[in-house]
Amino acid sequence: MAKFTLPINSIVKKGKTFSDINKSENMLTVEIYRYNPDNKSNPYTDTYLLNKDNFGPMALDVLIYIKSKIDSSLTFRRSCREGICGSCSMNINGTNNLACITDISNEKKLKFYPLPHMPVIKDLVPDLNNFYAQYKSIKPWLITDKKPEREHIQSQEDRSKLDGLFECVLCACCSTSCPSYWWNSDKYLGPATLMHAYKWIIDSRDTAKEERLSNLADKFKLYRCHTIMNCTKTCPKNLNPARAISEIKKMLVKA
Amino acid sequence: MDLVKHEHDVLVVGAGGSGLRASMGLSQSDLSVACISKVFPTRSHTVAAQGGISGALGNMGEDDWRWHMYDTVKGSDWLGDQDSIEYMCKNAVESIIELEHYGVPFSRTEEGKIYQRPFGGMTTEYGKGIAQRTCAAADRTGHAILHTLYTQSLKNDVDFYIEYFVIDLLFEDGKCVGVLAWCLEDGKIHLFQSHMVILATGGYGRAYLSSTSAHTCTGDGNAMVLRANLPLQDMEFIQFHPTGIYGAGCLITEGARGEGGYLTNSEGERFMPKYAPNAKDLASRDVVSRAIQMEVNAGRGVGLEKDHAHLHLEHLGPETINERLPGIAETAQIFAGVDVNKEPIPIIPTVHYNMGGTPTNYNTEVLSSDNTVIPGLMAVGEGACVSVHGANRLGSNSLLDLIVFGRSAADRAIEVLKDKPESHPNISRSSIDKILSRFDAIKNANGDINPYEIRDKMQRAMQKYAPVYRDQQTMDKGIEIMKGLFDDFSNIKLTDSSMIWNTDLAETLELNNLLYQSLATLYSASARTESRGSHARDDYPERDDDNWLKHSLVSVNDKGEASYDYKDVELKTLTDEMETVELKARTY
Ligand SMILES: Cc1cc2nc3c(=O)[nH]c(=O)nc-3n(C[C@H](O)[C@H](O)[C@H](O)COP(=O)(O)OP(=O)(O)OC[C@H]3O[C@@H](n4cnc5c(N)ncnc54)[C@H](O)[C@@H]3O)c2cc1C
Ligand code: SF4
Ligand code: SF4
Ligand code: FES
Repeated sequence: MAKFTLPINSIVKKGKTFSDINKSENMLTVEIYRYNPDNKSNPYTDTYLLNKDNFGPMALDVLIYIKSKIDSSLTFRRSCREGICGSCSMNINGTNNLACITDISNEKKLKFYPLPHMPVIKDLVPDLNNFYAQYKSIKPWLITDKKPEREHIQSQEDRSKLDGLFECVLCACCSTSCPSYWWNSDKYLGPATLMHAYKWIIDSRDTAKEERLSNLADKFKLYRCHTIMNCTKTCPKNLNPARAISEIKKMLVKA
Repeated sequence: MDLVKHEHDVLVVGAGGSGLRASMGLSQSDLSVACISKVFPTRSHTVAAQGGISGALGNMGEDDWRWHMYDTVKGSDWLGDQDSIEYMCKNAVESIIELEHYGVPFSRTEEGKIYQRPFGGMTTEYGKGIAQRTCAAADRTGHAILHTLYTQSLKNDVDFYIEYFVIDLLFEDGKCVGVLAWCLEDGKIHLFQSHMVILATGGYGRAYLSSTSAHTCTGDGNAMVLRANLPLQDMEFIQFHPTGIYGAGCLITEGARGEGGYLTNSEGERFMPKYAPNAKDLASRDVVSRAIQMEVNAGRGVGLEKDHAHLHLEHLGPETINERLPGIAETAQIFAGVDVNKEPIPIIPTVHYNMGGTPTNYNTEVLSSDNTVIPGLMAVGEGACVSVHGANRLGSNSLLDLIVFGRSAADRAIEVLKDKPESHPNISRSSIDKILSRFDAIKNANGDINPYEIRDKMQRAMQKYAPVYRDQQTMDKGIEIMKGLFDDFSNIKLTDSSMIWNTDLAETLELNNLLYQSLATLYSASARTESRGSHARDDYPERDDDNWLKHSLVSVNDKGEASYDYKDVELKTLTDEMETVELKARTY
């Protein structure tokens, strides 16, 4: 996948270097993007030379180790530590990923940056408000005029169409890896949101298919996707938003 | 410091399953409701629930809510309140159908109904057969439910305050009148006034070193309750899940055994039939966890240290795994390097769930030690103790608890606030200052101890002194150590005194909350001289109904000292639709 450029409008300077190691075979060099909103000075990168024997095998273990033992001001989101809550999305060695399930056992060098092209609040914490607002804009809830007394009846086959879609953890790794989204995130909905739209369009229980499709038939909302596939390559849950988008496009051609 | 002020009729603190269900219900009334959460709603720990949600839908064989109730009372080792349990089991079907109507993508049966799987302790006809009662969305049921509830809250335009850390509850004249919260993004302190606060802040699994819980599971609401001089209930009852991944602590759902998985020891023996001849690998969790511990103690543990067991799924075949347990396969691969189609998963009993918490009645109103309702305060979810789980929770009963009581909290708040006061009371500067001075003391702490060290010691102490099997000596030692750590906390040092996204400060506030609850747990545990459910003592191996058929209530003051009360277990059911489940010995 394409290498990311640094966040726009920022010159990232070299910061401090910390070391808790005297040359060893198991050395890990870690570079981390830092930005402090209190003094609003330029962002910089700190460097840490660490002994890998001191922490677990995941990228999140490295960050927690640094925060506990070396620099308690290092800031990042995390919660479940098992890849299900979507908190710890960030850019690690040039790829967007969830830090808690990124195995670093074979790495000698790590670079941590916030998700690309999002406003940064502090260090590795991006502002995701626009991403969330876009999600809300597609009405991501079941719309139906049916009100069965018991559950809706849905065949196993219809239900299986939702597999590979509903597992999304809203981490924004895909959208923030998409060049079209970088340049048009105010108007283009981006792969995560479009994949959710697709999920509701094909849910056999939903009755608003036409309305949902016509809301997407827009030069910007949908058609900024040029099938670059970064989104699918980067999704840490192995989902395929690019496919969902092309399915929506096909449906619109038929409609 | 300037406070940013907000007024709402109801505040829900927490956006997990219970908090979102309550917020949603309230948003459909004409009350103004705000939901405050320290994490974005879909990142709450409910998202990690795997196996499913129980309810006698009877989609895969005959079922009856009374059987479910019987199982729950027995699972609780008779410590659960039978009025609340009746309320939960009877309302299960309706609440789950409601979830499906909201859009939860449940797995399906061949007829297209909600798929249900067997789970530990769930039986038919009062213990005779094995029930298929646990409604599942593959092995991602919590994710499916939480994301759906979030979308419904969006639909109903719930007012969210996201990434706000609630510090403490505000009281005036014995009534809860709001909360003080710190907004991570603007770095300011916000004063929220309300007629009703509903705590939905979840469990405190992170008191232990190895736990299936998220980093954010620090039971903040429970600690706020203690600091308001109110008691917590049944804190000694901590569930060890039999199958946490050895080392990483990540959960392998009981649904894996529900689908046919089984446990073996170092001799390759399937040992569960020795301990639970009928239910075998699907006995209730306390029973299975103790069995694993007994095998390890007898020298039949697997691995280099001979300290854990194996869970086998290889015989299930790739099709069942892909359809019913895809998340488990992924987790086992990532965290244990195991291909579940080819080899067993190394597992060990791991801290998983808190049966204890803030005492409430079945209307979810918080109770004081003399059992009177505290005006303006309600609690739901894992942080509450309404007591439906008693001394041991059955798997898949927690998601049900969240939904049923989240819903009932909304209904009750609407009822109570029918004639709400016209305006919010004046809040005295002294109530606010008391909270802020604790906050500032922590923020500016300039002692000599890194809070990380205290956290590490606390987690190791809980692991060692409040384990699966307990005795007087270990627990008393635990109290001594924990009391020392509680005191050490006044000598911490924080280096970062900024206010915007200062996660060092947030984690230290959480640590303080964990210390309160760890002490409460050890105090209640050392006082209860019997074995019941998850509280298993070597020195008192039997259940003692004559002396201990009662709930523990413990308070912890700001010096870390305890005071105790007890109250009767409610044995009477809510209605005559079901008779009391009579006490008897508990075998599976
Ligand atoms: C791995 C795992 C699997 C599980 N599987 C199942 C299962 O299959 N079936 C089942 O029935 N149960 C299961 N459980 C148990 C169940 O998931 C939990 O008990 C339940 O989700 C707890 O929900 P909750 O609403 O009480 O709190 P949580 O979902 O933990 O949410 C707590 C909320 O409170 C907020 N909060 C906390 N403190 C503060 C504060 N100071 N300020 C502001 N906000 C705050 C948080 O931001 C969060 O939104 C499982 C548990 C685990 C750990
Ligand atoms: S396929 Fe479309 S959505 Fe995905 S990265 Fe490319 S342009 Fe973006
Ligand atoms: S589709 Fe994948 S990458 Fe995109 S938000 Fe969902 S889980 Fe994250
Ligand atoms: S911490 Fe939850 S996805 Fe990484």
